[in-house]
Amino acid sequence: MAVNLTTNYLGLILSNPLIPGASPLCDDLDTAKRLEDVGAPALVLRSLFEEQVTREQSRTVNDFESHADSFAEAGSFFPAPSEFTLGPHAYLEHLRKVKAAVAIPVIASLNGTSASGWLDYAKQIQQAGADALELNVYFVATNPQESAWAVEQRVLSVVDTVRREIKIPLAVKLSPFYSSLSHFAGQLEHVGADGLVLFNRFYQPDIDIEELEINPQLHLSDSSELLLRLHWLAILSGHHKLGLVASGGVHTTADVVKALMSGANAVQVVSALLKRGPSYLATLRHGLEHWMEEHGYESLQDMVGCMNLTRCPDPAALERGNYMRVLQSWKS
Amino acid sequence: MTSPNMRTLDANQAVASVAYRLSEVIAIYPITPSSGMGEQSDEWAAHGDPNLWGVVPQVAEMQSEGGAAGAVHGAIQAGALATTFTASQGLLLMIPNMFKIAGELTPFVMHVTARTIATHALSIFGDHSDVMACRTTGFAMMSACSVQEAQDFAAVAHAATLRSRIPFMPFFDGFRTSHEVAKIALLEDDDLRALIPMDAIAAHKSRALTPDHPMLRGTAANPDTFFQAREACNSFYDATPGIVQASFDKFAEITGRRYNLVDYVGDPQADRVIVLMGSGADCVEETIAYLNQRGAKLGVLKVRLYRPFPADQLVAALPKTCKKLAVLDRTKEAGALGDPLFLDVVAALHEAEDLGTIAKAPRVVAGRYGLSSKEFTPAMVKAIYDELAKDQPKRRFTVGIVDDVTGLSLSVDGSFDIEPDDVVRAVFYGLGADGTVGANKNSIKIIGEETDQFAQGYFVYDSKKSGAITISHLRFGPRPIQSSYLIRKAGFVAVHQWNFFDRYDVLDMAADGATLLMNSPLPPAQVFDALPREVQQTILDKGLQLYTIDALEVAQQNGMGGRINTVMQTCFFALAKIFPRAEAIQFIKDSIAKSYKNKGAEVIQKNFAVVDATLQNMFAVPVPNAVTTRRTLPPIVSGKAPDFVQKVTAVMLAGKGDSLPVSAFPIDGTWPTATAKWEKRNLAIQIPQWDPAVCIQCNKCAMVCPHAAIRAKVYEPGKLDGAPATFKAIDFKANEFRSADGGPAKYTIQVAPEDCTGCSLCVEVCPAKDKKNPRHKAIDMVEQAPLREAEVDNYEFFLALPEVDRKQVPLDIKNTQFLQPLFEYSGACSGCGETPYIKLLTQLFGDRSIIANATGCSSIYGGNLPTTPYTVNDQGRGPAWANSLFEDNAEFGMGMRLAVDHQMLQAKDLLKRVETAVGPELVEAILQADQSDEAGIEAQRGRVAELKAKLAGSRDVNAQHLGIQADYLVKKSVWIVGGDGWAYDIGYGGLDHVMASGRNVNILVLDTEVYSNTGGQQSKATPIGAAAKFAAAGKQIPKKDLGMLAMAYGNVYVARVAFGAKDAQTVKAFVEAEAYDGPSLIIAYSHCIAHGYDLAKGAAQQKLAVETGYWPLYRFDPRNAVDGASALRLDSSAPKGKIADYARNETRFRMVEQADPARFKMLMELSQRHQADRWSLYQHLAKSHDDAPKAVTPPSAANAKEV
Repeated sequence: MAVNLTTNYLGLILSNPLIPGASPLCDDLDTAKRLEDVGAPALVLRSLFEEQVTREQSRTVNDFESHADSFAEAGSFFPAPSEFTLGPHAYLEHLRKVKAAVAIPVIASLNGTSASGWLDYAKQIQQAGADALELNVYFVATNPQESAWAVEQRVLSVVDTVRREIKIPLAVKLSPFYSSLSHFAGQLEHVGADGLVLFNRFYQPDIDIEELEINPQLHLSDSSELLLRLHWLAILSGHHKLGLVASGGVHTTADVVKALMSGANAVQVVSALLKRGPSYLATLRHGLEHWMEEHGYESLQDMVGCMNLTRCPDPAALERGNYMRVLQSWKS
Repeated sequence: MTSPNMRTLDANQAVASVAYRLSEVIAIYPITPSSGMGEQSDEWAAHGDPNLWGVVPQVAEMQSEGGAAGAVHGAIQAGALATTFTASQGLLLMIPNMFKIAGELTPFVMHVTARTIATHALSIFGDHSDVMACRTTGFAMMSACSVQEAQDFAAVAHAATLRSRIPFMPFFDGFRTSHEVAKIALLEDDDLRALIPMDAIAAHKSRALTPDHPMLRGTAANPDTFFQAREACNSFYDATPGIVQASFDKFAEITGRRYNLVDYVGDPQADRVIVLMGSGADCVEETIAYLNQRGAKLGVLKVRLYRPFPADQLVAALPKTCKKLAVLDRTKEAGALGDPLFLDVVAALHEAEDLGTIAKAPRVVAGRYGLSSKEFTPAMVKAIYDELAKDQPKRRFTVGIVDDVTGLSLSVDGSFDIEPDDVVRAVFYGLGADGTVGANKNSIKIIGEETDQFAQGYFVYDSKKSGAITISHLRFGPRPIQSSYLIRKAGFVAVHQWNFFDRYDVLDMAADGATLLMNSPLPPAQVFDALPREVQQTILDKGLQLYTIDALEVAQQNGMGGRINTVMQTCFFALAKIFPRAEAIQFIKDSIAKSYKNKGAEVIQKNFAVVDATLQNMFAVPVPNAVTTRRTLPPIVSGKAPDFVQKVTAVMLAGKGDSLPVSAFPIDGTWPTATAKWEKRNLAIQIPQWDPAVCIQCNKCAMVCPHAAIRAKVYEPGKLDGAPATFKAIDFKANEFRSADGGPAKYTIQVAPEDCTGCSLCVEVCPAKDKKNPRHKAIDMVEQAPLREAEVDNYEFFLALPEVDRKQVPLDIKNTQFLQPLFEYSGACSGCGETPYIKLLTQLFGDRSIIANATGCSSIYGGNLPTTPYTVNDQGRGPAWANSLFEDNAEFGMGMRLAVDHQMLQAKDLLKRVETAVGPELVEAILQADQSDEAGIEAQRGRVAELKAKLAGSRDVNAQHLGIQADYLVKKSVWIVGGDGWAYDIGYGGLDHVMASGRNVNILVLDTEVYSNTGGQQSKATPIGAAAKFAAAGKQIPKKDLGMLAMAYGNVYVARVAFGAKDAQTVKAFVEAEAYDGPSLIIAYSHCIAHGYDLAKGAAQQKLAVETGYWPLYRFDPRNAVDGASALRLDSSAPKGKIADYARNETRFRMVEQADPARFKMLMELSQRHQADRWSLYQHLAKSHDDAPKAVTPPSAANAKEV
């Protein structure tokens, strides 16, 4: 029995739900092509970080200028910078090249810091040919003066502004740290988001207790991280029409199945591909096909959301806190 | 003839544009002030800009000017149109090829920025001593007076060389013309096409060496034929003046600008005439126009073609009425009857008189002016004409200096001023890092290109690499500006740094009623009161109008950090009223948008915000009727400074060196060391502050300090008596030093608050953190101003504490930092990566070192006047230092070694001869002395002192000779120091030879991986993937492995070190290298501003360099290679991480990625592979095995026997 893996994510009809997520995977054109060859239905490029772009601009200009014209023997210390361009140029150029190299949809990713940055870069990304845009609203709320409401309003405003100016589908990649995620998701849908990517993974600063230093680092994910995603996929897919993608912790066929059953229209895979190489995407796809055949699912759509809040046999289990659940299971 | 395309640019840019378009092969090598031409050419080639014939020229950087000359010689022999650019010592290196090129009658043009040749001192500035040294080569020589002429003559030279077959050397004055920004009519491609004789190009190419119709050049001739054949070229030289004139005439047809071989300007009936070449001629022309309008009859002859000398044209151009002639040379030919132009003119006039062309030659006198860019002003010109008016004018004179020794100089009336009121004159005092010069270049461009005004900009820098003062001189006026001298009276003066009022006479140039713009942190109402009394008085006397702005605040609030340039530029335009204010603002913004168009919207927006915020923050300052303060200007140097420093150095520091007479100076370029300590520069806004409670006493801070401005001492507790109240001390924790009573010694880390440059390298390397608040370290950066006074006292007390007993100092990283640095407070960049090595050298061996220093950064911060950073210990001993040239430093150092060795052997010989007189025990003790450590050296010094005491007063000739040479019986350490440009490129042949000689010299290569001093051109030390000038796309060839080349000899001690990665290994390498009785080579990683990152992170970046295998550490010690052991010891671990992770921290690599990510990736992969291969090779060589590198007996002992 041939199963139908086709899925619709952000209005893009994808041949299967296994998308290589935003990461360095597609930094290399060869790898991007290889991912297409092994069946990737779409590619997500790594994020264009406005903060990085502006810092890079300021720093490079500073490196050029801080010693210029200060000494009789040397007016400058670097070749004239006319030959290179600072700003989002390199990202956009890479996007164009990936787009030209593959036939599958290419989804760009953007992390802005200013209102004008979000908008300008989004426009440039659309112009460079992206099929969709993932707004990576990566933000660590450290300011004690800023309320949760203000943080949400800022994100909503960004999505609203970008939505009004660009035509390509928009996904919003969220962190799990919102006070009322379901309500917030509804507002995002209201201002025009086509989908949500659940969830972003933050840097995890560790402490070196010998040197008394902070070591920022990002470990690759494992399947244990998927559980948080499953929980929120199940809740959100029960309440909203948004396209949903699980990102973070998808490593095995079972992980894929769980994410789909929880309501994901597709999954993004990164750590597993970084560990095992692009061909692992094919392994996951074959595994999914095999599992569906074995379990009598003809189409992906039969599976998507079957274990979400509205369809699962015990919705209360999704709505209860872990503490209660664990306590009860101990009692029984 | 169409209306010209007017552009505002400097002569280097204008000339390079002509040369580039008319050449097929360009061989270059950086040298000030011509480097800009090579850099421009390389940039155009990298950009794919074609020459006149639609093809991108081949641009090749060579290893020296000698190499560049060889390359162009080859290129023209092989049929190409070739050019090169050079000056000064570089031009001298080209001379051998110049004779050949001329002898072979080959069309060729080299463009020269005329620059001083090093004699008693090096000078980067302009005069004709270099070009005059080439007048025997057979090259045709043309001299331009201005930026316009430099461009025009460049084109004419390219045309005339093709027609005449004589090679041409058009020159223009270094800095005064090469770096002057002026509005000129540009030569378009069509102009050049019309000028260049295409048929002559075909003829040149038909003479090319080719196997298709082979021939031979460069034969060796014999007495029978050489002479005749040498005379065979005469007719070509005879024809050349006519060809040049014809080219000038053609040029005039094309452009409307007419020149002659000799141009006369002035009264047709002139009785007094000056003859000269170069930029000074415009000043003379301007002055005589003024004086002739007032009744004088004066003239000037501008010599355009100097070789072949146009004698007939010169005589013809001279008015018959001329009675007296002054010939001015901008060069000095010591010992000659006269300087060169003078002798040529005298000969021409004599012959003309002899032939009857003229009835009677005028009286001719010779003047010398303008050496090393010495100012040449209308007042000096007038002084010359006044001298000529005398019945018996001085036959030889100098002008522009006060010669109180030989009395040659003319008196000059400094108040004489001819500049017309319709020329706007503005002077700006800035700091190197604040962007003042860049902003002013931009302002000139705006005014030059947005108005009909002519514009001129000239920029003066001091000799420091950190905290340098810049003075910008801008003129704008309705006519082309001929004033080839600094502004004397300015209607607008801007002082961009508030503390300049205390340090420099910044109002000296302010005209009466001038506008004074100040950048001050104070509120407007307080600004006047805060100025020193003398400055207030000058403001009142001159009736200046004052404006102020807190530019730093405006810049910082708008995200521009310390870059105040845009703020001050906006103020200038607002006050100068050249344009309506709104228009001016728009021009500035347009210019910002253009300058930063590729660098991102953010940068542009920040600059726009600064412009918008500026005007509301600029205020007029009310000026009272009388001075309001008693505070007078602080002294330039402390009253405790030695007499020479008070009388000479201090005057130079105040910017008044021009006023010093000849008698003030040493006669032979010998200067005292130990003078930098009197120059208190107060550059740091923040300085380190020590917390003894947190300190772990590792002394790493002292080790890394580039300026010896943070130091450690260990001393007896009793020495703290009388310490200032805020002086800090703590018990010394370790046992190396104890108090005499057995208790702990005291320990202090002390900052030199006025010498620190605030780089914060020390704070970055400090490993000691407060456990309760790890952000607080044992040293933190804090504001300097509140601490300054107390810390000055503390530092003075610290310096007076006794130095450690050198005999007791273990030679490890911590304890060596108790040794007194004998290199301090240099003018090196803040955070310099080179100077910590030099400082270490002086700590370890400074009291017995002679240093040969290659030209480059280390010779500039090591020996650029006014002050000298090498210093002495309390016995008066310290490094003796000299710079010879760029290319010969290894040989120079080896010569020192030979001299020291010979004098030591001679002293030993003499010692034996006086054995009876001084006693055999002393003689034996001296001859057998072990001087391998400090104790041995000190003991030997004692013996030699005893010997000299015994010899004193002796009439025995041997005793007298020995008295002179006895000090050579004490060990001397010869060091050869230079950068990678020297060691890897221009000086490599000599370095190689010296290493092969086996002599006991220590070579320290300060490897910044580019030519740092001339602005970051690639050397063979530049690594794969780095962008540098002449390698804009990122270098693809690996860095030369100098260490491996040296190891191949087997008898050379070689170490590769990086103090920021492993300081202990660095110290070990220095100690071993010096102890090794043979040649030693230390290759020292030196972070540099040319790498492009905050140098405070220099040590961390060095660590990353070593960890990733980018910079492996090792020591190759021939003494270790015994019993199958390898001489090579690897001192760093196997590489981990990627070189790209190291590279991405630096702009030199990052800019390659920004330009072309795929190329960057390719280069990084290449670099990674190269690093892996190199590491494998090193590992193999470091293994003990039968074929390990063999010990070669250090040959210096053997050589010593040969002496």
